[in-house]
Amino acid sequence: MDKKKIASTVQTLPKSLTGIQGLDEITGGGIPKGRPTLVCGSAGCGKTLFAMEFLVHGAMMYNEPGVFLAFEESEKDLAVNVVSLGYDLDKLVADKKLVLDHVHVERKEIEETGEYDLEGLFIRLNYAIDSIGAKRVVLDTIETLFSGLPNPLILRSELRRLFQWLKEKGVTAIVTGERGEGTLTRQGLEEYVSDCVIVLDHRVTEQSSTRRLRIVKYRGSTHGTNEYPFIIEETGFSVLPITSIGQEHTVSSERISSGIPRLDTMLGNKGYYRGSIVLVSGTAGIGKSSLSACFSDAACARGEKVLYFALEESPQQIMRNMLSIGIDLEQWEKKGLLVFHAKRPTFYGLESYLTAMHKAVNDFKPMVVVIDPLSSFIIGTNQFEAKSMIMRMVDFLKINHISVFMTHLTTGVNDYTGIDISSLIDTWLLLRDIELGGERNRGMYILKSRGMAHSNQIREFKLTDHGVELLDVYVGPEGVLTGSSRITKEAKEKAEQLLRNQEIENKQLALDRKRKAINAQIDFLKAEFEAEEIETLKNIELNKLRENLLLQDRVDMAKNRKGDIVIKTSSITKPKRNDAKTK
Amino acid sequence: MTQKKDISETGLPKQKPDKKANDAWILRLYVAGQTPKSITAFKNLKAICEEQLKGKYQIEVIDLIKNPQLCREDQILAVPTLVRKLPAPVRKIIGDLSNTDRVLVGLDLKVVS
Repeated sequence: MDKKKIASTVQTLPKSLTGIQGLDEITGGGIPKGRPTLVCGSAGCGKTLFAMEFLVHGAMMYNEPGVFLAFEESEKDLAVNVVSLGYDLDKLVADKKLVLDHVHVERKEIEETGEYDLEGLFIRLNYAIDSIGAKRVVLDTIETLFSGLPNPLILRSELRRLFQWLKEKGVTAIVTGERGEGTLTRQGLEEYVSDCVIVLDHRVTEQSSTRRLRIVKYRGSTHGTNEYPFIIEETGFSVLPITSIGQEHTVSSERISSGIPRLDTMLGNKGYYRGSIVLVSGTAGIGKSSLSACFSDAACARGEKVLYFALEESPQQIMRNMLSIGIDLEQWEKKGLLVFHAKRPTFYGLESYLTAMHKAVNDFKPMVVVIDPLSSFIIGTNQFEAKSMIMRMVDFLKINHISVFMTHLTTGVNDYTGIDISSLIDTWLLLRDIELGGERNRGMYILKSRGMAHSNQIREFKLTDHGVELLDVYVGPEGVLTGSSRITKEAKEKAEQLLRNQEIENKQLALDRKRKAINAQIDFLKAEFEAEEIETLKNIELNKLRENLLLQDRVDMAKNRKGDIVIKTSSITKPKRNDAKTK
Repeated sequence: MTQKKDISETGLPKQKPDKKANDAWILRLYVAGQTPKSITAFKNLKAICEEQLKGKYQIEVIDLIKNPQLCREDQILAVPTLVRKLPAPVRKIIGDLSNTDRVLVGLDLKVVS
């Protein structure tokens, strides 16, 4: 993309877009306009398809009609061959956007009797070009002429003239050529077509085949010089430049659950982002598939469609196994929310497998895709291809806002992924064995999770009969405690707690007792006081009575003696009555 | 530039196979304009026919520049090309026909020795 911009600003060579995915990026805008380009490669590497796509895209997308001059296949065969890619050549021919012309050369029928030239071919091509105003021309495979016509010397000079003529005509041409020994083409066509040479290659290493494309030469333009893997998929030819595709997709900020509540908590309390790429890597038997089942289960429970690519196990086996940890995937399969796609990549080959994946995704339109495990894509030493293929796939899924959950089998502790795809991953969970105290336990941590505050804690997790469970964290002197050491620690803590509780209880009891004793003492003192009070009051009363009596006696005596006034008697009688009242 | 030549029947040359004795020969010469090569080819063809097929041949000269669609219809690449339409089977001879022996072989008038 960047290259394209640069090319257009600097005003270098006018280029003609091929419309082939990825190729326009690495060539910075296509093949040279108005010049011939040589596409060569061995048999079956996709030369004809390459050329045909160039023409069909030109006719359909860029309004540039094209002429296909076929030296090997008949018009009918050509049309049939590309039907599977969705190209209707007959219609393009009828619409005057394409001319298919089969040049039939049969050596047996031809006797050379002297000087000749290929003016007939020129007239024929010229007529075809002019009949529809073609801008693009394909000659596939012109080298056939060498076996069909005698006198290579004449042919060579005629071909040189032909390419010159094509340039003068101003058409963008693709000339295909069969790969020769030690040369790019059998007849050395590269000598004549000097503007742009693209080599296609189909290699088989360790029983797996990969297609590669390389731009050997591109006069007057910068270009990617690597060998780029390409695939021929359902949508046609697709070159895989590593960095330039699919960086412009929109992203969602919606969060979706991982299916494990405590894991969601670790992931910033909400789980994964929708449309993100989650990778779970770990050694064998660590529980990667269980995590993917959890995620699938949660997605189905939300009513989302899940497409599960099972690369190593059969669907029945997965469903049975997951039932043992309490996840019933069968119910979702019956409801049509979960679809398994179980085929080994070795069965198809990498390229066709990805094509099949594309098709499955396009047909089912899932919201979640599970790939279990990714490591199955690596067959032999095809890591590089596998990486680019996965990248292509992931890009495709990302553009479609599909959440991807992939597992990856690692072999060692430091082997994070065999295929270096870390840059593709949004959230990466690492599962690992924790060997401690003579046992093996499962540990999990979040290696990275883009765009969220996530926990850095290594957690132990267990596969229980009700799913995957993250356990409490116990940190000991050696790190996180797992398994028995965790249980020991747990027990120890429990005992300590019990002891502490007992102590508290005892203290409280003692306090109670003390309180009670004090209360009793208070009661006793109170009672004593009350008794004393009564006694004292009685005494006071008694004394008062006695006083009154004395007074009465004195009054009585006085009365008897009749020496004093009477008024006093009345005042003395009053308390007498009061006393009676109180008593 | 289409020329037709009918020549009255005369004796047959000895080399000619018997089975084609009574057949009429239709020969088509495809050329691209009046180039030295096409003129040479026509001259050579006429000479050979006069010698071998006197009186029973017919030559059509087709200029592809005037009839470009015929290139495709008749599968012509090289010029000049001589096509033996009749007797069947169709045979194609390319070049300016200067190698008489090869022309005769090509036309099935002479067995390769």
